Amino acid sequence: MTDVRWPLWEVFIRSRSGLEHKHVGSLHATDARMAVEHARDLYTRREEGVSIWVVRSSDITASDPADADALFEPARDKVYRHPTFYEIPPEVKTL
Amino acid sequence: MSARAEYVLRLADTSLVLAQQLGAWVGHAPAIEEDLGLANVALDLLGQARLFLAYAGELEGRGRTADDLAFLRDPQEYRNLALAEQPNGDFAQTIVRQFLLDAYQQELFAALVSSQDPRLGEIAAKAARETRYHVRYSGGWVVRLGDGTQESHGRAARALIELWPYTAELFDADPLDESMAQARIAPSLAALEPGWRAAVGAVLSEARLECPPPAAFRWYGKRGEHGEALGHLLAEMQYLKRAYPGAEW
Repeated sequence: MTDVRWPLWEVFIRSRSGLEHKHVGSLHATDARMAVEHARDLYTRREEGVSIWVVRSSDITASDPADADALFEPARDKVYRHPTFYEIPPEVKTL
Repeated sequence: MSARAEYVLRLADTSLVLAQQLGAWVGHAPAIEEDLGLANVALDLLGQARLFLAYAGELEGRGRTADDLAFLRDPQEYRNLALAEQPNGDFAQTIVRQFLLDAYQQELFAALVSSQDPRLGEIAAKAARETRYHVRYSGGWVVRLGDGTQESHGRAARALIELWPYTAELFDADPLDESMAQARIAPSLAALEPGWRAAVGAVLSEARLECPPPAAFRWYGKRGEHGEALGHLLAEMQYLKRAYPGAEW
């Protein structure tokens, strides 16, 4: 295999109509069309999906793991944000 | 073997030989993603070949299975188009060969869906769906190579010049093709040509590749005239089945 440096793409697959696209992995491709075709060949071989999104990995802005304290820690002591303080009437069965 | 069985063998063998050729790329393609891409197309073609071969065996009525026909026939008994057996060469050569035949099968299977032979129509319907993707895949690569770097353009252009003479066979109907068309079991080859020329021409012009002039040269793989390459290909493909008769997986 020759040393090719094709850009990396992230792949999102929608498994059924009505569901959301989910990240399933990444692949290399030279352009968007090739990325969709590779995604089809790599990630939908066993009928995993009905729709494919691809996005250049370099176009994704990610949070910095070093900022985890500042970003996520403050949510920890705010238990009132969880909807666990409501009393559910016994008549409601499907909530 | 009846005329119809012989015709079905032609369909089967072109797909089978192409499947074997593409399978040889696995582990050698320019990227692992292409290994998978080529293998997927190869598996589609192999599936088509199995259906056609099984049907040819039934039509023949001598109890030969798809495996018997695939592994126990010699090169001169193969009925694939000569284009299919041209060596893999470099990636451009494989892709150009694949595209020319994908575009051909696209026209052929679309027309074969309305065959008077319902069994052929069913196989063609399945194959036509797969082939639409194959054309997209190989056509995309022809454009990428042709309209790519100087190196890739040169390789694609060389492949096209080398392979083009073998396309004459695709539409050159012999008595068997004509009798199948008359019985409306198969489409008339002449009727398929304009669609193929349009599809191939569109991709070649997008790829900035020139359509080579028609060649006087004719080679009829579909009548069992084959070059040396098919012998090597079948030797590798058939080795196990012949060396260990009755071996099971």
